[in-house]
Amino acid sequence: MFDIDKWQEIFSTIQKNKLRTFLTGFSVAWGIFMLIVLLGSGKGLENGIHSNFDADAANSIWIFPGQTSIPYKGIQPGKYVRFTNEDYERLKREIKNLERISSRYDIRGNDLISYKNEYGSFGINTIHPDMEFIENSFPIKGRFINNIDIEKSRKVAVIGDLVDEALFKNGKSPIGEYIKIKGIPFKVVGVYSENSNNDGERRRVYIPISTAQMIFDGGNRVNNIALSVKDMTLDESKQFEEKLKASFAANHNFDKEDDRAIFIRNNQENIKEFQNAFQGIRLFIWVIGIGTIIAGIVGVSNIMIIVVKERTKEIGIRKAIGATPWSIVSSILQESILITSFAGYIGLVLGVALMEIIAKNVPADSMMFKNPEIDMSVAISATILLIISGTFAGYIPARRAAKIKPVVALRDE
Amino acid sequence: MYRLFRNNSLYSIINLFMIELKGLHKSYITGNNKLHVLKGLDLIIEQGELVSVMGSSGSGKSTLLNVLGILDSYDEGYYKLNNTLMSNLTEKKAAHYRNNMIGFVFQSFNLISFKNAMENVALPLYYQGVSRKKRNQIALEYLDRMGLKEWADHMPNELSGGQMQRVAIARSMISKPKVILADEPTGALDSTTSLEVMDLFREINSSGITIIIVTHEKDISEKTDRIIYLKDGIIESEFISPRKVSETVGAYRN
Ligand SMILES: Nc1ncnc2c1ncn2[C@@H]1O[C@H](COP(=O)(O)OP(=O)(O)O)[C@@H](O)[C@H]1O
Ligand SMILES: [Mg+2]
Repeated sequence: MFDIDKWQEIFSTIQKNKLRTFLTGFSVAWGIFMLIVLLGSGKGLENGIHSNFDADAANSIWIFPGQTSIPYKGIQPGKYVRFTNEDYERLKREIKNLERISSRYDIRGNDLISYKNEYGSFGINTIHPDMEFIENSFPIKGRFINNIDIEKSRKVAVIGDLVDEALFKNGKSPIGEYIKIKGIPFKVVGVYSENSNNDGERRRVYIPISTAQMIFDGGNRVNNIALSVKDMTLDESKQFEEKLKASFAANHNFDKEDDRAIFIRNNQENIKEFQNAFQGIRLFIWVIGIGTIIAGIVGVSNIMIIVVKERTKEIGIRKAIGATPWSIVSSILQESILITSFAGYIGLVLGVALMEIIAKNVPADSMMFKNPEIDMSVAISATILLIISGTFAGYIPARRAAKIKPVVALRDE
Repeated sequence: MYRLFRNNSLYSIINLFMIELKGLHKSYITGNNKLHVLKGLDLIIEQGELVSVMGSSGSGKSTLLNVLGILDSYDEGYYKLNNTLMSNLTEKKAAHYRNNMIGFVFQSFNLISFKNAMENVALPLYYQGVSRKKRNQIALEYLDRMGLKEWADHMPNELSGGQMQRVAIARSMISKPKVILADEPTGALDSTTSLEVMDLFREINSSGITIIIVTHEKDISEKTDRIIYLKDGIIESEFISPRKVSETVGAYRN
């Protein structure tokens, strides 16, 4: 195998039979190239579409009040459903596999926020501490809202990193500074960021819900409740939704069949559906990918059969002057391995390069295509598979050619 | 020197038998047809002989030579090369004998088209494990003896028929075989070139290598020492060529 002279002999054969080398190499390089482009594009598409979902916890469920649309126990439709702190407490008690829960009270009026002479309009979210994990808004400076803030209705705020940038110029640290919300000063205790495409997610100001209800005349009003539960299947998730609805119907006197009384946004369900869709796309890509590889295998095999056939006379000459069958088989195989490995490598490099170029040229905020990562182990396994199948495909005809009598091989034209 | 005349052929009891055939049969089977080509040949060729095999087309000359060159098998009888029985050989053994004992020259030259003259000549040494540098150097020496040194890096398609045949002869000699077998080596050459090639064979033969040439041309066979006539798969007759007779007689006179 590591006989230098043998390699030289093989190299000179390859060099002097360029077309044959090219044809063998091309089918391998093309197969690998296509596989990489396919896998990369599939991944890019998946990542792109995934980025359309904001960076909220994948298993979060949001409940919003609505207006009844079905008469219930003598009450005319059109009644507004109003959530209160009671609902928050009840859900906390009732839901067995609850992970996180937070309610929110919407402050009416404008959302202008100022720091000294700097102004900006930002989303004010009044929340419980668990919101950190429902929104995935993790502090990068200071801390998030905590339970003591809620209990003591502290006037504290956690701001998004884009809020920080907008209000605190010259890199001044906002921690400990006071910002004004509707003229009332709140002490900044933390800055959060989110790994999200959507800038809005990073332009929020979080304040404790208890503080907001107290200062901005909210009483015990709640405008929505967000919660997350431990991982459920799509079916379990749908059942859970029904139970939630029934619980609200019982407590707010509306028909549980009324689908306008409350609204539930179930991210878990959305994500599950998305995942199912992508499982389909992934399967499709794999089917095409495997098809490409099979086409590559067939291509290499065919070419190897033709190559051996074409070389029958040469094999006869070599045998007539004393080549052993093994020396013939091994040199054909080594040649095939050399060509397929090299071609596979070229296909690999070209495929990766193309994906890099595409990744660089897709706008960073594209909602369709993002990070076309390539699973290298798949690409390399595919290359090895092609090398092995090329070798195997070459072995059978080579073995047969090496076995035929020299006279027969020599007669071949 | 003590010599014995028998059946018009010349045997020397002190010489080794290079080739010994006894009752050799060979048939080709194509589909349901069986073509009996060699029908019991008895033949002895001594070391250092220069022999030609003549006969009309289809008489089995090539078949015989292919059997002698271990390029083909035979059905019955035996074939001993240098006192070794050539039957039931493994592929590896056969390759060894072809490489070390036999040099083959074909009518159609059979050079490898993508290798230059020197590489073609050197190829048998590749299968003996001689290093590239060394075998190319030896190949150059042989090409030089053929008067083809300047053509060493030419590809076969850049050479004339005579040049190609001389390259093929150099290739058959390079592994210093005991026997050179040539099947119509001049068949594709004009008459002047043919005679040149025959002179080359005589010269090679004078160094002690046994040579068997298949031909259907009388002038070619007359350049050899002994002529064997093949007809319908048997040896019809054999002669000592006129030139050998006169040589031998001359030797007695002196
Ligand atoms: N491989 C083969 N298969 C079948 N018949 C063959 C084969 N080779 C030769 N023959 C036949 O055997 C006979 C002898 O052929 P050959 O030895 O080539 O004759 P020569 O060389 O004297 O012209 C011919 O009739 C030829 O057609
Ligand atoms: Mg013939």
